Amino acid sequence: MKKLLRYAGKYKLQFLILVITVSLQVAAQLYLPNLMSDIVNNGIANGDVPYIWQIGGFMLIVAFASTIASVSTSFLASRIAVGLTTGVRAKVFKNVETFSLGEIDKAGGTATLITRTTNDITQVQRFLIMALRMMIMAPIMCIGGIIMAVGKDLFLSQILGIVIVVIALVITVIAKTSMPLFKSMQKKIDKLNLVLRERLTGLRVIRAFNKDVYEHDRFDDANKDLTKTTLTVNRIMSFMMPLVMLGMNIATVLFIWFGATRIDSGILQVGDLMAFIQYAMNIMFSLVMTSMMFIMLPRASASADRIAEILDIETTITDPEMPKRTSENGGYIDFENVTFKYPNAEVPALSNLSFKAGPGEVTAIIGGTGSGKSTIFNLMLRFYDVTSGSIKIDGVDIRELTQKQLRDKIGYVPQRAVLFNGTIKENIAFGDMQAPMEKIENAAVTAQALNFINEKDEKFDSVVSQGGTNISGGQKQRLSIARALTRDASIYLFDDSFSALDFKTEANLRNALREKTAHASVIISGQRVASIMDSDRIIVLNEGEVAGIGTHDELMKTCTVYKEIVASQLSEEELAS
Amino acid sequence: MSTNNRKPTETPPPRPMGPRGGRGSGPGGLGAGVGDKAKNFAKSSRRLLGYMANHKITLIFVILTAIAATVFSIVAPKVMGQATTKIYEGIMGQGGLDYAGIANILVTLTILYIFGSVFTFIQGFVMAGVSQRIIYDMREQINAKMSKLPMKFYDGMPHGELLSRVTNDIDSISNTLQQSITQVITAVVTIVGVIVMMLSINAWLTLITAITLPLSFVIVRKIVKKSQGYFIAQQKELGQMNGHVEEVFSGHNIVKAYGLEDKVTNEFDAINAKLYESAWKSQFISGIMMPLMQLVGNIGYVGVCVVGGIFVTNGQITIGDMQAFIQYVRNFTRPIADTANIANILQSTIASAERVFEILDQEEELPDKADAVEIDVPKGDVDFAGVGFSYDPKTPLINNMNIQAHAGDTIAIVGPTGAGKTTIVNLLMRFYEIQGGSISIDGIDIRDLKRTNLRKMFGMVLQDTWLFNGTIKENIAYGINNATDEDIINAAKTAHADHFIRTLPHGYDTVINEEANNLSLGQNQLLTIARAILANPDVLILDEATSNVDTRTELLIQKAMNELMKGRTSFVIAHRLSTIKDADVILVMNHGTLIEQGTHEQLLEQNGFYADLYNSQFTGKKSKIA
Repeated sequence: MKKLLRYAGKYKLQFLILVITVSLQVAAQLYLPNLMSDIVNNGIANGDVPYIWQIGGFMLIVAFASTIASVSTSFLASRIAVGLTTGVRAKVFKNVETFSLGEIDKAGGTATLITRTTNDITQVQRFLIMALRMMIMAPIMCIGGIIMAVGKDLFLSQILGIVIVVIALVITVIAKTSMPLFKSMQKKIDKLNLVLRERLTGLRVIRAFNKDVYEHDRFDDANKDLTKTTLTVNRIMSFMMPLVMLGMNIATVLFIWFGATRIDSGILQVGDLMAFIQYAMNIMFSLVMTSMMFIMLPRASASADRIAEILDIETTITDPEMPKRTSENGGYIDFENVTFKYPNAEVPALSNLSFKAGPGEVTAIIGGTGSGKSTIFNLMLRFYDVTSGSIKIDGVDIRELTQKQLRDKIGYVPQRAVLFNGTIKENIAFGDMQAPMEKIENAAVTAQALNFINEKDEKFDSVVSQGGTNISGGQKQRLSIARALTRDASIYLFDDSFSALDFKTEANLRNALREKTAHASVIISGQRVASIMDSDRIIVLNEGEVAGIGTHDELMKTCTVYKEIVASQLSEEELAS
Repeated sequence: MSTNNRKPTETPPPRPMGPRGGRGSGPGGLGAGVGDKAKNFAKSSRRLLGYMANHKITLIFVILTAIAATVFSIVAPKVMGQATTKIYEGIMGQGGLDYAGIANILVTLTILYIFGSVFTFIQGFVMAGVSQRIIYDMREQINAKMSKLPMKFYDGMPHGELLSRVTNDIDSISNTLQQSITQVITAVVTIVGVIVMMLSINAWLTLITAITLPLSFVIVRKIVKKSQGYFIAQQKELGQMNGHVEEVFSGHNIVKAYGLEDKVTNEFDAINAKLYESAWKSQFISGIMMPLMQLVGNIGYVGVCVVGGIFVTNGQITIGDMQAFIQYVRNFTRPIADTANIANILQSTIASAERVFEILDQEEELPDKADAVEIDVPKGDVDFAGVGFSYDPKTPLINNMNIQAHAGDTIAIVGPTGAGKTTIVNLLMRFYEIQGGSISIDGIDIRDLKRTNLRKMFGMVLQDTWLFNGTIKENIAYGINNATDEDIINAAKTAHADHFIRTLPHGYDTVINEEANNLSLGQNQLLTIARAILANPDVLILDEATSNVDTRTELLIQKAMNELMKGRTSFVIAHRLSTIKDADVILVMNHGTLIEQGTHEQLLEQNGFYADLYNSQFTGKKSKIA
């Protein structure tokens, strides 16, 4: 929580005013009993009715002043809390936007980043508002109340002091015992959610394996566990209010008893005793309110810590201060002894890769899962930086270019097609925001997407829903290819991006792409030998190591790994044809 | 798949309120202008009350203790007032303080306080038990229901929606049960009790305080109404925010590769700014409720001080009465705010309950027939005879489909993506019910089989691998209840997963994390293949199973699969020519329908869609590749 408060600087003044309005609120709230005691002591005792009216009028003014103060408090509290969290949310988002893939791994993945930017921040906001309204008030109320109480009677104030300490102790003990329970309750809610989510995502498998009973029991266990903890927490909490109330009430009895003796000996007036009791009530109520905050604290501070973690991550991939320039007509790629190791990994994901490629050439990468195919693309796009060696594009090390310079040259189609909320047209135009309609249509034609787009009611203006659920996997891939084509890039990267297409569509797509990318350098990774065997150069990767580089014919002679792959996919006659 | 079956198929028509409907209509009248509204308040609240019926006696006990606790707390101020009066009279009169009398009163007061607290505690403690019990039952009902709901239901409802109903909605019901119910009882008893006590002291003072009552009500209603609008706006913008963040973070590599950072950040800023406005306003407006209620309370307080003071001077009431009144006025504001707000809380609780009930009311899978049979030693003949099926009655999908697969056959299903290949799986496994014709195994209609028996015969490797948060061992053994470690390792070896499993930090005991992203896609798939191998099914369904596995591993898997497929009827949704060419029957699907059927040679001869598909693969290969 503290870490987030460093972003609160801007709200210092507002916070100061809030403290003042809270103080005014407290002062008014405590002044009213004082005025009442004047009515009792001076008005009633002397039978002075006009005095009573006069003080009554004054009390009304105080009451209104108190309301104005507390409305202002609410105003400031909302503005500060919401403003602060809005700012933090923007900081988190913008920081994540600077992240390379390495930092996303470090943060624990996309899902947790999303939760931190949304739910966790809402959690903190809710807590802040409560804290600003209630928690600030408690100490002020205590101090103010005690000053007023001491002003009325020192002896009774000592009793009050003792009672406050006792009640504070009770609250602390209950809070201490229930806090860990609240934390564990949260964990059990998460567990229940997890079990349920898994059950939903794996439903077909569960049914296929006749595991409905097992899943039912798994949920039931989580349910029982959660119910038990919640019950314990609620039962402990049901001690709190009666205990605190009893403490306050017994204190009142004590005040009256000792007050009576004080009044008898003429030290105290009846109105003062009545006022005193009211001060005590005010103080103790604010204590109870604060205790409620402790229930919220563990959740909020856990959220705050998670948010702070993200803000503390700094991106490792930065632009050079003096970026170099490359020649205009590009497409030359030069890998020199490139090795990449994930942080903390023992073995490199890619070792000693060297190759050169130029415009008009197709370079294919083939190899097993985890053999480092995607790594090559990630390195070229500078989602990660190489551990050693260098990648040059058009003769310049990519670390000496700005990320924008570099990525503007590249049309990239990822393994998992990603679309954004918006129309089909907008999604394709992400490659080139200024692209005219004709260009978008051309890209769609090349990507074999025109047919299904035209089948939709709104054609290019059809809306892709969030997460693209209204579009099939193959259609998504084609749209993401069209998006890359609007770039007019000198380098195209296709990371296994035809996997969801059938043979026919893939073949048509390849034919169309060949024309479109004739002037560019193309790197393509894939699983099907048939799709890549005619490339100018095939890089065979095996567990991060280069097993061979060459044309299909060369590799068939020299590379055993390649031969195995080919044998697994193509029959003799197909090879012969 | 069909997306429009979200609404319950059987929505009962709104009935006029029954004899007990009057209960609901009272607070319902106050709940005007609320966003989250119950569709049928009376009916649903009756149903919710039904859950409490099992705990009737306990609940009556809770209510009684709540009333008792409240009564004690209402009587106390008046008794305390008597003490103050005694003190006042003592110093104003001649006889000095009546210490014995005061002590008496204070002892009574203490006893009242102790009883009050004890009852409050009992009430809270018991209610915690009851409400948790009810909530547990509700979750358990959903749990049991989930096993019986048809696949159609799950395909139609987004996971998030269902999750939210089981967690958020039930949570909100739980809170209402735990707090709001006793809160209302306490509030009503307090208001009534306090008015009675006040009247017993002085009618005029009561009138002054009572005037503040409607005023408070009006204020609360106004504020709630006003803030509701902002809350709805806030909720909407929060939803947009979540959507935007999810989309941008999930597509991080594209955002970076295409330099879209500024664009998405600008969009974020716009949503964030709107969210800020609605958020602080809704917080502010709802936050001024307390101060305004306090103001009303303070006006009453001042009124009592002034008029009460004058009455004391006149001798109409005692000073203690005035003190008691002051406390009553103070105790008044909260129960009023509570009751004024209760209509909203009830509305949203009932709306939550309705969403839960909606799930419970969903049509269930057809139960197994009473005389359902089991095939003990299946051969694996599968026969589709005149099968008709569609997800949505408006768009017929499959008409008169006939497939005959003999035991041990390999049936390859080919066709473009979205051609409806998974539909066959849905029908075979009886995830969906066919609407015409019949599907039979070994000559027995699958609708005459026990579902467990039917599904036991099938082994399935789907394109979307599914692993759960548990160890690798547990994940592989998912199909089998009493698999030994040896069985598991053997299955893993056959699936060629043993090697990579052993390279993991904890081997077979490595825990797969929640998103299953500590393993690669290919590795996930190998595990699900191992799982299918361990289950040793009679009929195999391979749903594009190998598309995520790398080429080298694929070779190994292929060997294992061939081994596995031997003697088993296998339905393979295939991309690879070698599988297809070796198949006994090829089913060619397009646009959801079966368009061609036959062996490789037969289909080539037909020179139709399949031939086209096949030839395009060759032409694509011969020419230079992009």
